[in-house]
Amino acid sequence: MSSSVEALVNKEYKYGFVTDIEADSAPMGLNEDIIRLISSKKGEPGWLLDWRLKAFRGWLKMTEPHNWPNISYTPVDYQALRYYSAPRTAKPLGSLDEVDPKLLETYQKLGIPLTEQKLLAGVAVDAIFDSVSVGTTYKAKLAEAGVIFCSFGEAVREHPDLVRKYLGSVVPASDNFFAALNAAVFSDGSFVFVPRGVKCPMELSTYFRINAADTGQFERTLIIAEEGASVSYLEGCTAPKRDQNQLHAAVVELVALDDASIKYSTVQNWYAGDEEGKGGIYNFVTKRGKCVGVNSKISWTQVETGSAITWKYPSVILQGDNSVGEFYSVAVVNGRQQADTGTKMIHLGKNTRSTIVSKGISAGRGQNSYRGLVKVLPKAASARNYTQCDSMLIGNRCGAHTFPYIDVQNSTASVEHEASTSKIGEDQIFYLKQRGLNTENAISMIVNGFCKEVFKELPMEFAVEAQKLLGVSLEGSVG
Amino acid sequence: MLEIKGLRARAGEKEILRGIDLTVNAGEIHAVMGPNGSGKSTLAQVLAGHPAYEVTGGEVQYDGNDLLDMDPEVRAQAGIFLAFQYPVEIPGISNAYFLRAAYNEIRKARGHEEVDSMDFLDLLEEKLRLVEWGPEIMSRAVNSGFSGGEKKRNEILQMAVLEPRLAILDETDSGLDIDALRIVASGVNALRRPDNATIIVTHYQRLLNYIVPDRVHVLSAGRIVKSGGKELAFELEAKGYEWLEQEVGAAS
Repeated sequence: MSSSVEALVNKEYKYGFVTDIEADSAPMGLNEDIIRLISSKKGEPGWLLDWRLKAFRGWLKMTEPHNWPNISYTPVDYQALRYYSAPRTAKPLGSLDEVDPKLLETYQKLGIPLTEQKLLAGVAVDAIFDSVSVGTTYKAKLAEAGVIFCSFGEAVREHPDLVRKYLGSVVPASDNFFAALNAAVFSDGSFVFVPRGVKCPMELSTYFRINAADTGQFERTLIIAEEGASVSYLEGCTAPKRDQNQLHAAVVELVALDDASIKYSTVQNWYAGDEEGKGGIYNFVTKRGKCVGVNSKISWTQVETGSAITWKYPSVILQGDNSVGEFYSVAVVNGRQQADTGTKMIHLGKNTRSTIVSKGISAGRGQNSYRGLVKVLPKAASARNYTQCDSMLIGNRCGAHTFPYIDVQNSTASVEHEASTSKIGEDQIFYLKQRGLNTENAISMIVNGFCKEVFKELPMEFAVEAQKLLGVSLEGSVG
Repeated sequence: MLEIKGLRARAGEKEILRGIDLTVNAGEIHAVMGPNGSGKSTLAQVLAGHPAYEVTGGEVQYDGNDLLDMDPEVRAQAGIFLAFQYPVEIPGISNAYFLRAAYNEIRKARGHEEVDSMDFLDLLEEKLRLVEWGPEIMSRAVNSGFSGGEKKRNEILQMAVLEPRLAILDETDSGLDIDALRIVASGVNALRRPDNATIIVTHYQRLLNYIVPDRVHVLSAGRIVKSGGKELAFELEAKGYEWLEQEVGAAS
């Protein structure tokens, strides 16, 4: 069985190409001058530079997390990285027509139709190539609805008050080692603002791509849904194959005001390194949403199949009364991949509810850890949480680990935690083979069934991509 | 259709089949009976290609091909169907999706076009009637939370949809109440055709009240020790397996 499993999980990484584009890069290393350079390249106002520098000074006093997460990695040499790399262009990019055709070709290789096809699909795309946002589609249509969807850099220029008001309001620059690093050096990212009462007319989408070597990617995403607004946002990620590990330390902040809802979906397929664990992306990401208003809702769905190491805990602070937080996750590790991922649900308001559904799949020599915190503070009367945490093992050399933390400080709260571990057995595979499916399809079907509760949370278009990523083609039942 | 000669197989160090000879022709129903541990289920599993068993000797020809050389899915695609004694659960995958995937895999292997879900639905309707089920069963996850009887019925439904050339029923009657037994049996009878064959592996004679076999074989310690017509089953039921084992013992 193991050989066929390996064949499935070791499918060649097909996004591993490099695009040959001249880049405008900062020198290697990290110091205050580099930060000033980034800030000035982007033409930022003084307050933002100060914010960066303050974050940097804080970061210098912090230490890289090695002890508490269940991952092991060589400490990153932050002086051997480049903190800014932009495709070189004569002038700032205004429209898609101005984008280097090679870039557009890259996106096509990635299967991302940046223009009309997406329009037909009703998806607006912001594509981040290394550090700069290369073109945001359908801005006009969104503008009609009053929705702002642009690169972070543009938001800083065009909507400085909004950025200043919300930047760091959910993930402070001092939050953790990687968030502080991001705050100091973030180069671009996406910005979404959905004004009061507006339901965003289309799914918003960002594709991230790391191209240049020795480059860290530090994008920053900020999404704000005002009173009664709603938005669904998707992100996808790929990177070329390289022998060296590459650092991706992103920050995502979501803010939901009264009655607002934000749905954030990720399909992460960064390069995972080879079978021996050489190369691959360190995906050290801080994602957090704040349900500021009453009756607000934030929902995270993630399908994490790539990266050498994944370290991320998309979380929700449930501040407004009756607010709802959700976390649906599929994390797959194989080869030598490591994942330490989960969520934090912090219940502050009354009658707040959270749901956590985590599906961990471990194959090869992968190590998969679920780490989740459910915290109910004294004022969160009648708070409720339901956690379901399932692990599936494929083969004998992988590992699945669960680290739930539950801290309840209000006696009217109810917290449920269910966990299971299963192993794909020879008998399950044989049963499907006896019905005519080959081993690969058999495993796909079993894994797919295991992940169903999460996949059904994804927007349709992404669900298909996610299932393909697991080597599966799925359809709904006939009945 | 099926010709087994001197088949020997083991699980781990233990030899279970110790020289099986059996010929099954198109249009026939064969019953393989025997006490627990005689090797009946192993024979069924080996014919389907279960990886837990190692074939150590003998040969099996299926439609003139070397069956033992075929992967389990290739055997299935070639029309061999095993109704499992313990059907496996597949949470999260609907019965309909699973069955259509299996149906289409087999069609593809035979160079036919896949059927879409609407056409498949039509096909299912008729097959569901055979096992006296409504369409609700198709949206439930494969065997998940099914009772023992439902699992067995589901096996027969799958068999009805996949229309095998050679069906092997491994203790399909065990654990069934009388109604379920009747449904299973009528399903098997309805699928009987001159160009297909069935091997029924069973401990008890009672299923054979509903499905009349052409041949009955008794397995003991990994060998077929006696073959006969349907009356052999009645004799076994009346006298028990000890009678036969004594007789065989006396003869050898």
